[in-house]
Amino acid sequence: MDGDLGLWGVPLAIFAGAIRVSTPFLFVSLGECITEKAGRINLGLEGTLVFGAMAGYAISYNTGSPWLGVLAAALAGSLFGVLHGLICSLPKVNDVAVGIALMLLGTGLAFFFGKPYIQPKAPILPGFDLSFGLLPPRLAEAATINPLFLIGLAAAPILAWGFRNTRTGLVVRMVGDSGDAAKAVGIAAMPVRVAATAAGGFFAGIGGAFLSLYYPGSWNEALSSGQGLMAVALVIFARWNPVACVWAAFVFGGAGALGPALQSVGVTQGYYLFNAAPYLLTLVIMAVMCSRKQSLAGMPAELGIAR
Amino acid sequence: MSDALSLETVGLTKRFGAFTALDAVSIKVRAGSLHALLGENGAGKSTLVKCVMGYYHADDGDVLIGDRGQEIGSPRAAAALGLGMVYQHFTLVPNMSVAENLLLASGKVPAVVDWKAERAKMTRFMDSMPFRVPLDRPISALAIGEKQKVEILKQLYLDRRLLILDEPTSVLTPDEADEVLGFLRGLVDQGRLTIVMISHKLREIYAYAEEVSVLRQGKLVGAGRTADLAAPELTRMMVGVETLAQPAARAPKPAGDVVLDASGLVAADDRGRRALDGASLAVRAGEILGLAGVSGNGQRELVEILAGQRDPEAGAVKVHGERYAADRAAARKHKVVCLPEEPLKNASVPTMSVAENLALRRFDLAPMARGPWLSDGAIRRAAEKLIGEYRIRTRSPATPIAELSGGNVQRTVLARDLSEEIDLLVVANPCFGLDVKATAEIRAALVAQRNKGAAILLVSEDLDEILELSDRVAVIASGKIAYEAPIAAADRQEIGKRMVAH
Repeated sequence: MDGDLGLWGVPLAIFAGAIRVSTPFLFVSLGECITEKAGRINLGLEGTLVFGAMAGYAISYNTGSPWLGVLAAALAGSLFGVLHGLICSLPKVNDVAVGIALMLLGTGLAFFFGKPYIQPKAPILPGFDLSFGLLPPRLAEAATINPLFLIGLAAAPILAWGFRNTRTGLVVRMVGDSGDAAKAVGIAAMPVRVAATAAGGFFAGIGGAFLSLYYPGSWNEALSSGQGLMAVALVIFARWNPVACVWAAFVFGGAGALGPALQSVGVTQGYYLFNAAPYLLTLVIMAVMCSRKQSLAGMPAELGIAR
Repeated sequence: MSDALSLETVGLTKRFGAFTALDAVSIKVRAGSLHALLGENGAGKSTLVKCVMGYYHADDGDVLIGDRGQEIGSPRAAAALGLGMVYQHFTLVPNMSVAENLLLASGKVPAVVDWKAERAKMTRFMDSMPFRVPLDRPISALAIGEKQKVEILKQLYLDRRLLILDEPTSVLTPDEADEVLGFLRGLVDQGRLTIVMISHKLREIYAYAEEVSVLRQGKLVGAGRTADLAAPELTRMMVGVETLAQPAARAPKPAGDVVLDASGLVAADDRGRRALDGASLAVRAGEILGLAGVSGNGQRELVEILAGQRDPEAGAVKVHGERYAADRAAARKHKVVCLPEEPLKNASVPTMSVAENLALRRFDLAPMARGPWLSDGAIRRAAEKLIGEYRIRTRSPATPIAELSGGNVQRTVLARDLSEEIDLLVVANPCFGLDVKATAEIRAALVAQRNKGAAILLVSEDLDEILELSDRVAVIASGKIAYEAPIAAADRQEIGKRMVAH
């Protein structure tokens, strides 16, 4: 450990960690944001994330190209999305229950097919060193950024713009906010919702690939720690606004990086407690934002478990 | 600008299973006329217009638009012909702005929207309208009357040539209704538009429609020029030979004590905006206080406070001079009964049986409860008695209440609540969406309670209902009581003005 940084290492490590840890949060929450805008909740994204991680790692190992792995993960995610979307389009089916079932299916399948890939080392994604060798190694490590993070960062404002300025975006919001209004202008809600859930799965799959192909950068069964589930809370936190998802993901990522950062300067007491920070944050946010007296502003009106 | 279209249906028939909702109905609407469609709930008016709009496919018969037979397979096909409809429930997207709603309604949204050009077009359109709504405001932030105006503006923006309106004025104040209908009437007179208007309000039919068709039980029972048909004639066609319940004669008013005394109530709505802003009112025994107002002015929150569903931020509610906690014990002690609006949603458990719903007030008392056990027999016997007394039409006491018609749900809830001894009754929109027969029955029951000495707070968006039933009239606007007068001194125009004044 380079003592010259001292306690300054903590915020730096948190910042660097936040970027790394937030990327899967960002992708899953952007995906969930699209799905929820169309009026569906997909709780199965945790399963999609884990399956995406496995699929990405396996394809990268077998083809030697981590980018093909990312693509495979995204496509596998879309398939899970389509499955969720179609099942939820059946009468009297509840999205939350289907989501939980698909979460278990996704993780189960990932563990089943992923067994042979736990040992082997697959090629992983490169990181950009934004310091160009000008900084000391500790700082350079913090300035190393994965292209996927930049893609996610760019996707958020593009999505926000698209929701306001494109036909696709307006139709998705319309379907999510008033199925009746959509029906009145001859738009069938079902295909739009299936497509939005598939797009959500696409993003979540990429989030999974980031886990196995960049950070931590290996495949094992304990890879995900519930990022897919927390993303749902995160979307509420971000009030269904893609740009706010970036900030929300960053806050959650920072909370996730707290434990390792403190450990790196020798604070080992309560390590597990600090690691629980993101979960604690989830609880606090839900408690603060959900009120008996108020409904959430900006929530798509078709969204709900009471339907 | 295109010209008005004529509409004709020939022997239109629509069956749902064994039930014939529409039985060989032939109506004729001239191009450039305003045609009223009259009938009770379930008479087939909505089915008729939904067949025309392509929502339903008729089992038999034809629809002629502009004298040509048309297969209208979907709402989109209807729109392509120049047909538009304003539904009773809103088809606006709540979290989107007025501009976004106008654009989406056209069904021709470009892949990437040029907002600058679209907005310029919308602004030009708004400038040509007598009433306008801010383009950037999200729909959820509009008052209900404004939403109805947006619905109508939306159809006009799309250059419709035939417009069907399903009870367009039910949420408007009398002045707003005249403004909207007067403007539409003007477009009809210019030959730009044909209008079919479903309505219960005879006053509007006589003022704005030149022809009327009356439906009863899926059949056309009468049609003609409004100038040739007297009001009693129309009512008789609409309800048939059955006589309506007459409101019980008002017993001369005994000077009662103040039962409900609410003062300085302040409360926020579900979105955290201040809905009640220092509202105070008092209701005496043996009187009906009618509280009028355009919905969304705090009446819902007021009723929720009285029902114990919402805590006020400030102010006090007293019943019989004591602070009222609005819980089950306090309600029993002070004999307070609340009848919220939309009884299926707010006053019953939809999946529970009629008998169980009838028992909700007393199931925890003898004879329905014996210690921790419930007596099914006692619950069923009590239910059978009430079902008979209140003529609730249900297959059996064990039928889930959600399967009953709206009128029968309301009868069930009234049977449960009015069979109690009542000192204070709070009712909200008790007749909303009910047909003429059920409405007359329920109003008679309210007057009967008043005569027995109950203090009644009647919250209603239907000004006619308020003026018919109340001993005193008050107006709530922006969360404050804006007007109060005994019925003899109440002035319809003044009330309408206070309802929209801020």
